[in-house]
Amino acid sequence: MSEKILSRNFGVKDSHTLKVYRETGGYTALAQALGREPAAILDEVKKSNLRGLGGAGFPTGMKWSFIPKNHSGPVYLVINADEGEPGTFKDRYLLERDPHALIEGMIIAARAIKSALGFVYIRGEYVEPWRRFTAAVREAYDAGYLGQGFDIVVHRGAGAYICGEETGLISSLEGKKGWPKVKPPFPAIKGAFGQPTIVNNVETICCVPHIINRGAAWFAGLGSKTQGGTRMYSVSGRVTTPGVYEESCAITLRELIERAGGVSGSGRLKAVVPGGSSAPILAAHEIDVVMDVDGLRNAGTMAGSAGVIVFDDTVSIPEALMVVARFYAHESCGQCTPCRESTGWIYKMCHRIVEGKGRKDDLDTILDVAKRGAGTTICAFYDGAVGPYISYIEKFRGEFEALCQR
Amino acid sequence: MPKLTIDGKEIEVPAGTNLIEAARRLGIEIPHYCYHPGLSIAGQCRLCMVDIEKTPRPTIACNTPATDGMIVHTQTDRVKETRRSIMEFHLINHPLDCPVCDQAGECWLQIYYMQHGLYDPRMKDEKVHKPKAVPLGPHVMLDAERCILCSRCVRFCDEVTQTGELGIFNRGDHSEIGLFPGADLTNKYSGNVVDICPVGALTDRDFRFQVRVWYLDTTKSICPGCARGCNIDVHVNRRRPHHAEGRRVARVKPRFNEDVNRWWMCDEGRYGYGFVDAPTRLVLPVRNDAGETRELSWGGAIAAVVDALGRTPADQTAIIASPKLANEDLFAIKTLAEARGIRQVGFRVPPPEPGYEDDFLIRADKNPNTRGAELMGLDGKVDKILNEATAHRVRSLLVFEHDLFDTGWRESDVRSALEAVDTLIFVGPNGSRTSDRAHLALPASAWVERDGTFTSFEGRVQRFRPALGALGEAIPTWEIVGRILAATGAPVTATRAEHWFRALAAGVPAFAGLTYQSIGDTGAMTAGTAPQAPAEAKA
Repeated sequence: MSEKILSRNFGVKDSHTLKVYRETGGYTALAQALGREPAAILDEVKKSNLRGLGGAGFPTGMKWSFIPKNHSGPVYLVINADEGEPGTFKDRYLLERDPHALIEGMIIAARAIKSALGFVYIRGEYVEPWRRFTAAVREAYDAGYLGQGFDIVVHRGAGAYICGEETGLISSLEGKKGWPKVKPPFPAIKGAFGQPTIVNNVETICCVPHIINRGAAWFAGLGSKTQGGTRMYSVSGRVTTPGVYEESCAITLRELIERAGGVSGSGRLKAVVPGGSSAPILAAHEIDVVMDVDGLRNAGTMAGSAGVIVFDDTVSIPEALMVVARFYAHESCGQCTPCRESTGWIYKMCHRIVEGKGRKDDLDTILDVAKRGAGTTICAFYDGAVGPYISYIEKFRGEFEALCQR
Repeated sequence: MPKLTIDGKEIEVPAGTNLIEAARRLGIEIPHYCYHPGLSIAGQCRLCMVDIEKTPRPTIACNTPATDGMIVHTQTDRVKETRRSIMEFHLINHPLDCPVCDQAGECWLQIYYMQHGLYDPRMKDEKVHKPKAVPLGPHVMLDAERCILCSRCVRFCDEVTQTGELGIFNRGDHSEIGLFPGADLTNKYSGNVVDICPVGALTDRDFRFQVRVWYLDTTKSICPGCARGCNIDVHVNRRRPHHAEGRRVARVKPRFNEDVNRWWMCDEGRYGYGFVDAPTRLVLPVRNDAGETRELSWGGAIAAVVDALGRTPADQTAIIASPKLANEDLFAIKTLAEARGIRQVGFRVPPPEPGYEDDFLIRADKNPNTRGAELMGLDGKVDKILNEATAHRVRSLLVFEHDLFDTGWRESDVRSALEAVDTLIFVGPNGSRTSDRAHLALPASAWVERDGTFTSFEGRVQRFRPALGALGEAIPTWEIVGRILAATGAPVTATRAEHWFRALAAGVPAFAGLTYQSIGDTGAMTAGTAPQAPAEAKA
């Protein structure tokens, strides 16, 4: 079991308060960072191999370096706390139990990218995280950490999954419908309100104080070769003790399930979704995979948001796919055609299959439609939907065929 | 100026040109729905995918600026398959109601399905249902099921009129176009959303169910509704007159002119052609004598005019020309006035109320040719003419087109002037209270029934062409005036509008050097005028 970094205070009483945060070493990284040049902070984060922990896994330092050097207007730091990926709830824990870590990380990140204003976009359903975080922001203002060249605006979403896509989030933040934007331009060049904007996940930014305090080399050493640090795995489904587990991303999926008390229900593993609902499913025999970005990619799936959903062998995969398909049909923003039209279509087919009215050609139609739509859309939402569409059917085709006898 | 290669052909384009426009210059059409050159880039329809070398997957052409050395392929198997897929996505929830859809025949779903689709439909489930036949405003009807959510109409109202009435509501395949609460599509340019709608979602309430588009003929013309001179196409229904109860002009559409109206026109102009087929049209020359109306032959009518002119000294004769007349008509009138020594010639009549004007296309002057009449020096004082008539110092009065009772003048003043003259001669396409009082009323062709030119407020001379035959015995005003001239013994050789234009170019310096050929389809500036900045969307 690796050292707890981000979750070190989760068990501490009143861990969300400034008092406890300070007592456990909080805001010491900030003091250090304020003595360093922005470029030095950026360099430290680059060397730490910190990668975005919201889903895409993009190297954080590299993202920060995309801010135009000669920009004279404002630069915004936007925190994506619209944690909506099914099976993922780590940011909720961080916001509720260690909100000051995010604030400290934001102030340091803002210094690196020369931003004077940060936005925290919190998922609408996250009422308690929002309460805890806004209280922490007030404390930080009172204590003088905020308001001294860096301010934070807390913005609540209205419950749309697509607003977790960074440009959808920006549209929503700007007061518009949460539609992802056509890229280019990318947010680092032209983001919120037309200004260069860095959008980072909560957990990603929570890592930053630790990198400053303990050094890039230490942080990089915690992880795998291409990804530094630990990860907060949200483990749910048929496990004995579901919850958030902070582990090195060098852990295997098998070990992680064991950490969560092993498979519950029938006790016999059927399948695992390793990185939130958009990650292609792994069958029981595939769980010796290393849980970092590259390990999961090599296994044909993705680390995503590290939301691990465990299925025991009583779970019907067609039914699970129908639920997932309903989610994507419901949450598709409707902006661009392939996603808008085919998420609904595929859900209808899945629903019909589960009802026992499947046709023999339905499975091939779903696979073909999914493959044709993949990569043709404005944002990654549809590619995320395609992950389950294809993998569930390809890996468990027999189960589907049994329902498609017409 | 980046130089790129598209389908093996090299082309140099201005920096910032996107791949759809660059390809268009080469005659290569990249299919698209949401892209419109007059609107911002939405990138939503995903149909305009092309392959760009060194790019891993097909890219949308609309949002890709041409760069130097770029190599683009629009016909690879991968691009063709992608188009086929996107067409299928566009159509799975589209109702196949082409037989009752007004867009049929000019629908880009039909066109692109035939060009790029041609797959066997696989959608076997219930389609999504949405509201149908929803009036959005006085001119536009929405069928949300037919809509492919390209957002052109929304962007038009956001960016061009900046009135923002429309939005896209709901999500996923339940997304639909609609009005914001409390809004109606009542902006003065609302008809344009029908033009830019690539499918049958937005149809024209005036046009719908009138006639199938394949029975329409198209003629290039100029809107006569104001001094802007928006370029238009007149769509007429000659082949199926029974489809629209005799209405010959089916609709008017804006015609692109980079320097005048670009892709747009206002609703007032678009729906302002009703007079062409109105019951008020004059179809025969008539004489009104003490309340008795007698039909005349053209020969008899011209003889009657010449007789009246012959009986009245030139200084007791006056002409009220009209800024609705074409340059050719006005020059014929100028020629007549000069031949007869008639000095009291005017054209400018105050409107009943000041015309609406905006900073986009609509001009306060609701006449298409005020500038032409000014340039020909016809700008005498009309109120003075009426005063002279009341005082019996004008005894023969020729009025072209105007209804003098529908002006800013008091009716009683107009009435006493018209009652005082010995001979009132009216020439125009439509009857009115003025023509009712005329001793001679001569039917003129409407603008869509003849050739001619208007001079816009900025001095642009633009051609309109005949889309229809004249109603009844109506003939162009220049011809009526020409016959009068000939009957008075003047040498008249003009037998076409173009002949009169040649005479105009020779006789009035502002028009020197202009010919129908040099005016072409997009107009030419009169001497000493420079084109103004093209009509931009309100910035």
